Amino acid sequence: MGWTGKVLRVDLTKGKCASEDLNKEWADQYMGQRGLASKYLSEEMDPKADPLSPDNKMIFATGPLTGTCASTGGRYSVITKGPLTGAIACSNSGGYWGAELKFAGWDMIILEGKSKKPVYLCITDDKAELLDASEIWGKSVWDTDAWIKTRHQDPQMHVSGIGIAGENGVLFSCIINDLHRAAGRSGVGAVMGSKNLKAIAVRGTGGVKVDDFPAFLAATSAAKEVLAENAVTGEGLPTFGTQVLMNVINEAGALPTRNTRDVQFDGAHDISAEAMAEPSGKNGKPNLLANQACFGCTIACGRISKVNEEHYTVQNKPEYWHASGGLEYEAAWALGAATGVNDLDALTYANFICNEQGIDPISFGATVGAAMEMYEDGTLTDKDTGGLKLKFGSAEALTTAVELTGKAEGFGAELGLGSKRLCDKYGKPELSMTVKGQEFPAYDPRGIQGMGLTYATSNRGACHLRSYTVSSEILGIPEKTDPLVTDGKADLVKAFQDATAAVDSSGLCVFTTFAWTLEDIAPQIDGALPGEWSVDKLLEVGERVWNLERQFNLQAGFTAKDDNLPKRLLKDAAKTGPAKGLVSGLKKMLPEYYAARGWTKEGVPTNETLNRLAL
Amino acid sequence: MNITLKLYASLGSFLPPGSARNTIELNVQEGASIGEVLAQQNVPRQNCHLILVNGTFAPPASADAKQLTEGDTLAVWPPVAGG
Repeated sequence: MGWTGKVLRVDLTKGKCASEDLNKEWADQYMGQRGLASKYLSEEMDPKADPLSPDNKMIFATGPLTGTCASTGGRYSVITKGPLTGAIACSNSGGYWGAELKFAGWDMIILEGKSKKPVYLCITDDKAELLDASEIWGKSVWDTDAWIKTRHQDPQMHVSGIGIAGENGVLFSCIINDLHRAAGRSGVGAVMGSKNLKAIAVRGTGGVKVDDFPAFLAATSAAKEVLAENAVTGEGLPTFGTQVLMNVINEAGALPTRNTRDVQFDGAHDISAEAMAEPSGKNGKPNLLANQACFGCTIACGRISKVNEEHYTVQNKPEYWHASGGLEYEAAWALGAATGVNDLDALTYANFICNEQGIDPISFGATVGAAMEMYEDGTLTDKDTGGLKLKFGSAEALTTAVELTGKAEGFGAELGLGSKRLCDKYGKPELSMTVKGQEFPAYDPRGIQGMGLTYATSNRGACHLRSYTVSSEILGIPEKTDPLVTDGKADLVKAFQDATAAVDSSGLCVFTTFAWTLEDIAPQIDGALPGEWSVDKLLEVGERVWNLERQFNLQAGFTAKDDNLPKRLLKDAAKTGPAKGLVSGLKKMLPEYYAARGWTKEGVPTNETLNRLAL
Repeated sequence: MNITLKLYASLGSFLPPGSARNTIELNVQEGASIGEVLAQQNVPRQNCHLILVNGTFAPPASADAKQLTEGDTLAVWPPVAGG
């Protein structure tokens, strides 16, 4: 009911697949997807394990609403220990793969050990087997997808897998499903590669049962009306996508630019949603061709675009003349503002390569930005970079770098370490814009104070999707708060973190929360699952998940010292815009946050907190 | 006085000829309010959800009362979000 009740356990070392019952007690406490898989991971592995060793486990998990008719009910997450961070990783993806796994009758897949040779996991309803992947090892995500569908003569199969970046151990490699939807962050693709697992192909012909169908249908129908009637989810996101934020955040003076030296980018308009819609090139067609929805989604924020065929990146490469996914805002920021590149076609091409080879564009772009700063200050020489002239604003450097990074060739092998290890190696750790080893995304904490606390306390390293306070501080959703002050941000961040953890455990997309509150979400879950699922229960689940992840990280060796930001954000004031003269007020917010969480001054959950959450 | 007007997303179609990159420099009456500037360009007020003056949020409900000053940049969006 909501859950299928079945877990597929795959022992890659022995080459065996087995079905087992879902732990219903844990499911009632952690709901599904992010929460439930984090519980399994915490119970089953040593948090101190090497992320790229066979001792690390990897879980592909759906939520109870994945595969149902709830709007956006197509999400799944990959939960593991992340090699980029050494922290618990949970990377969430849309597309159609998650729903297909539910249709095949599985709530989650637990992968353990390491295969002796490259394999892919093939699931057809209740049949699961590991098959030889030697013919596709070394191939891209896109070629792998086509090869598997051809081999099985089934175009309706859905494939989630890695490109050459994951095979090569690029520490920010991701897992891509349905060609361009990504479980993007923390290097989950490298974990898959370390296990010699190329892909998971799924075909399911069943459905998903819910506990109380009339109540579920009424709740999901009412919630779809809310999305349709809301100006943001009904019109703004489908028409302009996330990319419309480029000019918003730039105007607000919070767009990290050229490795976060500045907070505004003079080329922002050139890489924005508005630019994507403008005619370009000789044929006068725009970069943006259409929007696209994931499974069951009634928002459809995804972008489908095309590189101008005359552009230098694809001039002699007709294989890149087709339409594909992107640019989304985070990728456009990282590939553009973070590197100072304002060439929209170059960014679109680089994003295509990220999808094709399984690279997280946020970490990649931010790492290139750090390398560019080191090149310009003379730390990196042409000898170090193999002749790659990493100057801010160089589209050629960016597009060459992305090709080299996936292949782990030349300086690309060093870029694939991520900015923390790269900057450490060259004696400039202060130039790495990371928290817990993960590059932060497209919001400068000097101009949006809540995001500084968000990055510092995120359990998977710097991330915007753990508490998107931009929604309140800039967009005024659900209510406006001042982005330049620290007062009230500890409680705001905690509230966003707990609510997001609940949504991430349900199978729904967090973008619904631009319109939905938990009052809209709870009845949908309550209709799908046995028992009572109130708003209070969702918040309790969210807080429990957050503290469970925190416990995993503390056991892995993290301390309060890791809840920090790069010195640049704490010492160097913003030079322009509304935040001119401001630094991040993290030092004031962090103790308030620990208190709000019921943690000690050292950032450790108290026994009272753990008992209250049944941890 | 001179101000800079920026209209983004679907509001871009209300920019007058001569605008570029969603931006135009305008000469408006001294002390003109946000509401008056938007009315001059026939921008539907119900579509103005996010208003920034020099990057700082101005509540849409205050648009008629909020006066602009020489050199201000007024940027306006319809309902948008991202992440």
